[in-house]
Amino acid sequence: MRPAPPSPAPQEIGTGAAPEVEAPAGEALVAEVPVAEAFVEVERPVEVAAATFRERLGRTRGVFAGLRSLRGKGVDPATWDELEESLLRADVGVATTDALLADLRRRVWQKEVTGGDQLVEALEGDLVDLLSLDRRWGAAAGAAPVLGRGSASADEVEVAAPISRDLRFDDEEGVVNVWLFVGVNGVGKTTTVGKVARQQVAMGRSVLLAAGDTFRAAAGEQLAMWAERVGAGVVRGAEGGDPSAVVFDAVQRAAARGNALVLADTAGRLHTKVNLVEELKKIRRVAERPPGRVTEVLLVLDATTGQNGLVQARQFTEAVEVTGVVLTKLDGTAKGGIVVAIQKELGLPVKLVGLGEGPDDLVRFDPADFVGALLG
Amino acid sequence: MFDALSDRLERIAGRLRSRGRLSDADLDEALREIRVALLEADVEVGVARSFVQGVRERCAGEVLSKSLTPGQQVVKAVHEELVAVLGGETLKLTYASPPPTVVLLAGLQGSGKTTAAAKLARWWKQQGRHPLLVGADLQRPAAVEQLRVLGRQVGVTVFSESTDPVSVARAGLEEARRLGRDICIIDTAGRLAIDAELMDEVRRVSDAVKPHYTLLVIDAMIGQDAVATARAFHDTLELDGIILTKLDGDARGGAALSVKGVVGRPIVFASTGEKLGDFDLFHPDRMADRILGMGDVLSLIEQAERAMDKASVARSASRLMEGRFTLDDFLDQLQQVKKLGSLGGVMKLLPGMTKELRTAADQIDDRELARVEAIMRSMTPGERTDPSVIDGSRRVRIARGSGTSTQDVNQLLKQHREMQKLVKAMANGNGMPGMPGLGGLPGGKGLGGLGGLLGGRKQLAALRALGGDAENDGDGLAGLLGGTGRLPSLDAVATGGRSPSQSAARVQHGAKGKNKKKKGGRVTPPKDR
Repeated sequence: MRPAPPSPAPQEIGTGAAPEVEAPAGEALVAEVPVAEAFVEVERPVEVAAATFRERLGRTRGVFAGLRSLRGKGVDPATWDELEESLLRADVGVATTDALLADLRRRVWQKEVTGGDQLVEALEGDLVDLLSLDRRWGAAAGAAPVLGRGSASADEVEVAAPISRDLRFDDEEGVVNVWLFVGVNGVGKTTTVGKVARQQVAMGRSVLLAAGDTFRAAAGEQLAMWAERVGAGVVRGAEGGDPSAVVFDAVQRAAARGNALVLADTAGRLHTKVNLVEELKKIRRVAERPPGRVTEVLLVLDATTGQNGLVQARQFTEAVEVTGVVLTKLDGTAKGGIVVAIQKELGLPVKLVGLGEGPDDLVRFDPADFVGALLG
Repeated sequence: MFDALSDRLERIAGRLRSRGRLSDADLDEALREIRVALLEADVEVGVARSFVQGVRERCAGEVLSKSLTPGQQVVKAVHEELVAVLGGETLKLTYASPPPTVVLLAGLQGSGKTTAAAKLARWWKQQGRHPLLVGADLQRPAAVEQLRVLGRQVGVTVFSESTDPVSVARAGLEEARRLGRDICIIDTAGRLAIDAELMDEVRRVSDAVKPHYTLLVIDAMIGQDAVATARAFHDTLELDGIILTKLDGDARGGAALSVKGVVGRPIVFASTGEKLGDFDLFHPDRMADRILGMGDVLSLIEQAERAMDKASVARSASRLMEGRFTLDDFLDQLQQVKKLGSLGGVMKLLPGMTKELRTAADQIDDRELARVEAIMRSMTPGERTDPSVIDGSRRVRIARGSGTSTQDVNQLLKQHREMQKLVKAMANGNGMPGMPGLGGLPGGKGLGGLGGLLGGRKQLAALRALGGDAENDGDGLAGLLGGTGRLPSLDAVATGGRSPSQSAARVQHGAKGKNKKKKGGRVTPPKDR
């Protein structure tokens, strides 16, 4: 028996953000990001309030419109079809969808779950658990404890630890933390580096950027603009140069200048390109040399990515031990459901979410809000 | 790139192939699997559903064709449906008069617009045109810089200024006229489809320059959102076609189906690598075949028909029927196979090839065949007709003459003896359980599927029917293909490097496989596949 299913509506799950912050679809985004001005943003003051996850998602998609039709009804074959379709449409993938629904079917059959409302809630609960708890889902299906929503009972046999979404930073004398950003082409690595830099600088950390993307034309310029914008240093190499060398230089310089954190951008690469993946491994090896210490390897993933996202995550993890996922461009119509499969299959948590084009639109991942939007 | 989808469909087809009769349950199951295959390839849910529905209707409306097994009819239906959804027509590019022809590129962030713009410019330049690149992406930091760098690399002038996108586009068009360029490619800022303001901007750009072609750049890795994206852009801009990027990865590219299915616009160009030259026209009509992994078989058969000597094929087939199989027959078959071209190339055309096998096919050494041939050619005609006369000293001579070792010669002879036994047994109509060549029977997995496809006369006829050549006159040919279907090196690769003679011997096993079918007259699946 599952302890206390999640509260009836997603609006009430999780963060407790007030529902009234939700604005009608697609307005505030526009207001905050004037088209041509974004370019000259350096002069703009930076105190745009950090958007909460829900706020941004709520704006664009109307939380939970999708499965509303299931509420107040019984459970029939059409219900399952609808659940399946909403998961598939969110890019959750066939295998994960089947696994989720199989468990639900079992619970409906055992009369643990009755009626459309409970069914939707149970699915949400499963998804939130899956994304919140540090264990491979499915191994303990049925005994799933519920954490993080104040409803975990003490007598749960199996208690899975909540996933940490903190970005690891070793605050030690003489250690230069290196956060490596990896991913395929065009997912927003450079932009993510810039945004993370801005946040870390705002937290008072001394940050140095390493322009490890020596392949894409003008990637270095793009990162340099970010560096200037956020007030961090940047180390660049020659175009077409060895990215490992750039990262090495950055670590050396950071040590010399007393920067505790190096954010290393890398060139986008398809996970199928063996030589490029080898290059990435080398970057990681080099960055690991003292005083450098790789404390995060973040896979940047575009929310529009389909089933290939899982393959990417697997390959990159094998190559460079990815520690977390940054899901970008979630403010579009894409739902990024592939991260559910990634969490389930690889145990790789989403740490950050990109919700817009503004510099402050990179926020901590919130499972409950994400799930609410996923099924919406 | 579409391997995964085609592999899966191939497997489904392989299973159905092994059925004598197709029940409703079979059909349902097949359709369910087709749906999963499509969904895993990121085909949009709705498109997948209507696709499956279309296949079902085709199957229902199908008059049972004599030359097709029910399973093949499903495959045929899938094939036809793919062709129907993808559409056969390639977008015919025409050029504006007076020039320049204005091409507007739009797309989501990170889909690869800027790179695609440069590649497009390069492509046109190669066509003898004179393009101008206009960088109207003033939003992403350094986007214009990126375009300038790429422009330098492809030798195409890049125009941009730091005003606003609409003015840049307009001024760029003026510039193209002034410079007498006949193509003006406008790169716009990436945007999220839902972003009304940015969509409005690209519409204003579009209104300002009145593009002749509006192309949407889409990442092959995109999932279900492909449809929403394409629809949003189509509603705003009235697209003419799609550029599919990053096809060099292992993404399955279902977006191609989705987009075509929903907005009805073809994929015009495909970008298949990081290099600026990795870009070309996309042929939607070829993609159905490619997804299904069948079209290439058709061309293989065509190739075989062109290359093979029907008289010799018929001769060796009839000898096999009589249970005779001399080294001469073997040599004959080898000659026929060689006419098809390199084994690696031929193997790549076969369906049911996994990625590993495809890679292995690249490494096939055609010299192995040459060695086998050399051994046989070092024999006297008498020896070839009756290998039993080959004693120790003849062996040494043959080995020396062919540059091989006596062991190699022995192995070849031994294999030949065993094959001869099998051929005889089959000519007598006995079943042949547990033989190494059994993979050649229909319904096997992987290689077996491949062998099955080529090994069965009926299958072959079916394929020919698919190819529009329903006339079933290919028995002799089918027989030979049955023999060649299991190419020696295929086994060598699969088993990790067998000796040439042994591999060559396998050819014979396949050959006997075909003979069995001839006898049986009808393809029945082996139980122990």
